[in-house]
Amino acid sequence: MKTLLKKIKSNQFLFEELVKRDFKQKYKRTVLGMAWSVLSPLLTLLVMSLVFGQFFGRSMEHYTIYLFCGNLVFSYFRESTTGGMNALMSNASIFTKVNVPKYMFLLSKNVSALINFGLTLCVFFVFALADHVSFGLHFLTLLYPVCCLVVFNIGVGLILSAMFVFFRDTGYLYDVFVMLLMYMSAIFYTVDTFPPVMQKLFLLNPIYCYIKYFRVVVLEGNIPSLGFHLLCACYALVIVGIGGFIYKKYNHKFLYYV
Amino acid sequence: MSIIKADGVSIRYITGDFKDIGLKEYVVRRLQGRYKVTEFWADRHVSFSLERGDMLGIIGSNGAGKSTLLKAVSGIMVPTEGHMEIHGSIAALLELASGFDGDLTVRENTYLRGAMLGYTRKFMDEKYQEIIDFAELQDFQERPFKQLSSGMKSRLAFSIACLVSPDILILDEVLSVGDGAFRKKSGDKMREILNSGVTGILVSHSLEQVREMCNKILWLDHGKQIAFTDEVSLYCDAYEEFLRTKKLPQNRQQVEQLASGWQAYLQQQRRQAERTEAQRLEAMLESGTSEAAVQAAVSVLKKRRPDLLAAQS
Repeated sequence: MKTLLKKIKSNQFLFEELVKRDFKQKYKRTVLGMAWSVLSPLLTLLVMSLVFGQFFGRSMEHYTIYLFCGNLVFSYFRESTTGGMNALMSNASIFTKVNVPKYMFLLSKNVSALINFGLTLCVFFVFALADHVSFGLHFLTLLYPVCCLVVFNIGVGLILSAMFVFFRDTGYLYDVFVMLLMYMSAIFYTVDTFPPVMQKLFLLNPIYCYIKYFRVVVLEGNIPSLGFHLLCACYALVIVGIGGFIYKKYNHKFLYYV
Repeated sequence: MSIIKADGVSIRYITGDFKDIGLKEYVVRRLQGRYKVTEFWADRHVSFSLERGDMLGIIGSNGAGKSTLLKAVSGIMVPTEGHMEIHGSIAALLELASGFDGDLTVRENTYLRGAMLGYTRKFMDEKYQEIIDFAELQDFQERPFKQLSSGMKSRLAFSIACLVSPDILILDEVLSVGDGAFRKKSGDKMREILNSGVTGILVSHSLEQVREMCNKILWLDHGKQIAFTDEVSLYCDAYEEFLRTKKLPQNRQQVEQLASGWQAYLQQQRRQAERTEAQRLEAMLESGTSEAAVQAAVSVLKKRRPDLLAAQS
């Protein structure tokens, strides 16, 4: 534990510099770049609420917020994992020449996705306020799914970045997978219309769980059960465990494949 | 205690057509049993140890495994077999200008590189000005890195790696950086660092550099260790003779044979050169119609060999 802390401390400077670099690379030092990263999920939201609002929105209160919950979580997941997937390959010229801990590249990519998520979250709260959702102290529990998501995304990033080094078509396959996942995450529809058994099956999808957590807190004003908390944490820990194992096992082999 | 100790280090590379095939193709080939990787040993049973202040020169023709060995020393690669012990911080100058980011400014790149080499922000704050001054990039600090010329890029890389005072310095063909003036400056800096007790490893195809700077030699050929020795000039001679004749020495005796072969060759070359020069001068005098040429010859003789003139007259 002590060595781990020491390691983190000694790499802190590198971490900060990498985050700065990723941030500058992404926004190219433009103000509009930052604004766009908030604007883009809003536009998606607009399109979706126009299209699906006609079908599902009529029977539901706060449909826009319901939609926003799903979009918010899912776009963070997508951005963070696709960014993480590229983290190793795009820095290949560095880690083949300088001895740096490679997971640093992944972590810094995750941080810039997290910042983006934070910005969108602020907009989300503004929307929620405008839509007369009742705010309260229970909103603080939202930190819990966010933490789970961060860990979960890092885990998926670890797995994907390693796979991307070995198989270059991982990107295309992952795109297809993400699309499938999106349709299975009940972003724009509700699961209420499904039979109870099917509704249980949705819980197998970690992203759906995190979205559901948001909805329960924001829309229903409740805090989910303890079991649900455990389920969320469980997904995150299992994925990050698998990712860590893969990273540790293949860490030294990446060099041969880039 | 030795600073660097390599004990039977072997590094295996895998090559083959696995690199650009995707997951789909991989599965198909696996099913058809056509998936092949070939392995080869870039380094095999290499052992050496360096004390503080040692300067090791690694020699060997292309593909001998020199750069791979350096990667193992700097920790980028892990030996497949054997053991590598390192005590101290390392600054590795492998392919200098790579790994910078084109969109970041010179200042940002300097800090990023410093961070990668494992230094703290405080340390970089202190050293930054010195680095920029040494690289002579004062006017370019806020320019994007991609706008620099390639010479400037390597100058910056060299300055960062040198001014951060590592315990171990690894140099892979980097002493020929920049223009003439900078090359002299960087050479001086390098010697200054080496004299300050740094342990160094140098890979260079210039044997003059190796002879001048190194006190130990590691000779690799196709991954095999031919020699690790501190008899620098003997083995450099033998290596140069090897480059000429392509004969690998099997034992100590053959090394000496090769070295003396090289000395003989050098002497022969020298004699040859003298002969051609004499012939050229003679031709000039013969064909010279003016009195001045003969006068010049006589005056040279007067200065250098008065005895010859005296004997003639």
